[in-house]
Amino acid sequence: MRVVRVLLAAAVGALALAGCAPVQSGSTSSAKDEKSGQLKVWLFDEVNRGPKEEVVKQAVSEFQAAHAGVTVDVQYIQVSTRAERFKAAFSDAKSAPDVAEFGNTDLAGYVAAGGFADLGQDVAAWSDGKDLSPRVTDTAKVDGKTYGVPWYVGIRALFYRTDVFAELGIAPPATLDDIAATARRIRAAKPDLLGISVGGKYTYGMLPFLWAQGGDLAAQQGGKFKSTVDSAEARAGIAKYTELLRDDSCPPAQCAGNGGDASVEAFRAGKAAMTIGGNFNRTAVDSSAAAGKYAIVPLPGKTAGSIAPAFAGGNLLGVTRSTDRRTLAVQFVELLGGKQYQQKMYQAMGNLPTFTDLQNTVAAEKPVEKPFIDTLNAGTRFVPVTPGWAKVDAQGVLPTMLQQVASGAQDVNTATAAAAQQMNSAFGS
Amino acid sequence: MAFAYLAPTLLVLAGLLGYPIYQLVLISLYDYNQEQVSGNAPLNFLGLGNYQKLLSDKQFWTVLAQTVGFAAVCVAGTLLVGTALAVLATRVRAVPRTLLFLAALGAWATPAVAGSTIWLFLFDANFGLVNEVLSGIGLHGMAGFSWTYGQWTAFGLVAAQVIWCSFPFVMVTLYAGIRAIPGEVVEAAALDGASTTRIARSVILPLLRPLLLVVTIQSIIWDFKIFTQIYVMTNGGGIAGRNLVLNVYAYQQAFAASEYGLGASIGVVTTVLLLAITVVYLRVLKRSGEVL
Repeated sequence: MRVVRVLLAAAVGALALAGCAPVQSGSTSSAKDEKSGQLKVWLFDEVNRGPKEEVVKQAVSEFQAAHAGVTVDVQYIQVSTRAERFKAAFSDAKSAPDVAEFGNTDLAGYVAAGGFADLGQDVAAWSDGKDLSPRVTDTAKVDGKTYGVPWYVGIRALFYRTDVFAELGIAPPATLDDIAATARRIRAAKPDLLGISVGGKYTYGMLPFLWAQGGDLAAQQGGKFKSTVDSAEARAGIAKYTELLRDDSCPPAQCAGNGGDASVEAFRAGKAAMTIGGNFNRTAVDSSAAAGKYAIVPLPGKTAGSIAPAFAGGNLLGVTRSTDRRTLAVQFVELLGGKQYQQKMYQAMGNLPTFTDLQNTVAAEKPVEKPFIDTLNAGTRFVPVTPGWAKVDAQGVLPTMLQQVASGAQDVNTATAAAAQQMNSAFGS
Repeated sequence: MAFAYLAPTLLVLAGLLGYPIYQLVLISLYDYNQEQVSGNAPLNFLGLGNYQKLLSDKQFWTVLAQTVGFAAVCVAGTLLVGTALAVLATRVRAVPRTLLFLAALGAWATPAVAGSTIWLFLFDANFGLVNEVLSGIGLHGMAGFSWTYGQWTAFGLVAAQVIWCSFPFVMVTLYAGIRAIPGEVVEAAALDGASTTRIARSVILPLLRPLLLVVTIQSIIWDFKIFTQIYVMTNGGGIAGRNLVLNVYAYQQAFAASEYGLGASIGVVTTVLLLAITVVYLRVLKRSGEVL
């Protein structure tokens, strides 16, 4: 133990003497605004990247043709390691891109780290900008400032197997309460099927239940966020959702560990009668065991005919604060994020556009997208816009809460109280 | 004069070990998040605040206890399997011995992520070979059984994987140790009428003691720091985090959430614990008369 004590004493002594502090990389905003050279762009890699790459290539050639002496270097980064990549980029301007695609739930953390530039005036002056859906634009804002152009949105709805429903002679659930009853009825009649495929890690599948009951994740009080998952309404929603994670609809041993992808995967494998899936899952389901045997409806709300508020997930295109080519970067964002290329991205990848007029065209031309657009228009909600949310997300606070209830280790009140405490601690620091 | 000879080593150690530990301790005393790293927020000196937060967290103690228990089971299992197979290897002919060594070295050489994933495939609830075989031999309850759901089955599965990939080190080391025991010593004991168990207990075991100590301490340090197997096989710590061990907990709570200050304090606590184990180890070695 003496070694330890000596080491500790030495370290503390060195601290006291030198008065040192851990390294900080200093302000990252750049004063330069060059009009030529290389523009570095980071986009997310996808499972099936080909079509996306094709559209981006067109945008790059168009941009390079219009700007002599400018080259665009596009890098595709992995979603799973994005946190490390972005952290490194914010700490060292040299390794940072000029333009980046990123998820809107990560925005608050990135802005707090000083990573992205305020694009409010650029978007206001942009001809396409006025048609951006206000609900979606809100997910690009922190404290009233806009830090990105919404590139596409992801909306979830209820997928169900038409053949199973027809065979059992039942209709898709009309209210949120009906979902559990329908799921139980199907599993009782067909024990090989999950009544509904959801998961203990599927936070975005759970949130509509919480919101539909009138609950929310957090409330802002005097500039600080305070968790409200332990409110009566939120608890009611969480109870409704976890009711699905039982042996009579989606057994915890199979479902408790699942996130969104795994939940949809069970539906794709033909092992579930319902699931909560996104418009971005549609192509994958169309090439699976469930192809041609399923339909999509908006996730019903508390009363018949209403729609449960969906999570407004989606990706933004932003300009880093450290860029040396701000004007060029904004122009590239406006090209790739503009109507023309959003339309192309929709055709290539099925990504829902963020412009109201484009959304209406899509819904009119493609009935299969209508449930998603209807859900979007019925009003979407979002996670708390604070850097604390990134911590809540990384620490898996909500999945742990759902899994505690699903596994029977804790009841809803205990689990939500613990989650609220952890969320407050993340918001507080 | 002695210091002059040691200087190059000390310099390398100071640079590669001292400086990182210094930074680790330093960071653990601050509120140091991504905002502070990229210079967008002022530094806030917390003193022992991070340690206080950590030590007052009930989950930390649960995770620490789980880590100790899990490491203990892994170490005991590794030593047991490794020793048994080392003894077996000294008793069989060349061909089976070569096969045994090839199999062991294969397990040893498999990267942790790949090994964990393969085990997951084998133990998959619906498509796994293990459940198929078990239900095939009449245990119908095992069809669709999820090994990773329950806390104890999940820990058991991961422990088995850890033992599988770390017993070869013990086996190879002890095999070499047993082979190095002079044949005359064993022969003399046998001539004096000692039974096989008596020879094993009073002759072979004392001669192997130094080696056993080394592999034990090595295993303790490795298994205490386990990350990959838990992270991959229980999908980041199991249902509701009930399969978390210290390193995965540190990663999830601190590094993924960009709370580097808190993460550094967990690092310091782990380092101190392992240093304590090492010091005990050195003491024991000294007492047993080994020259260091």
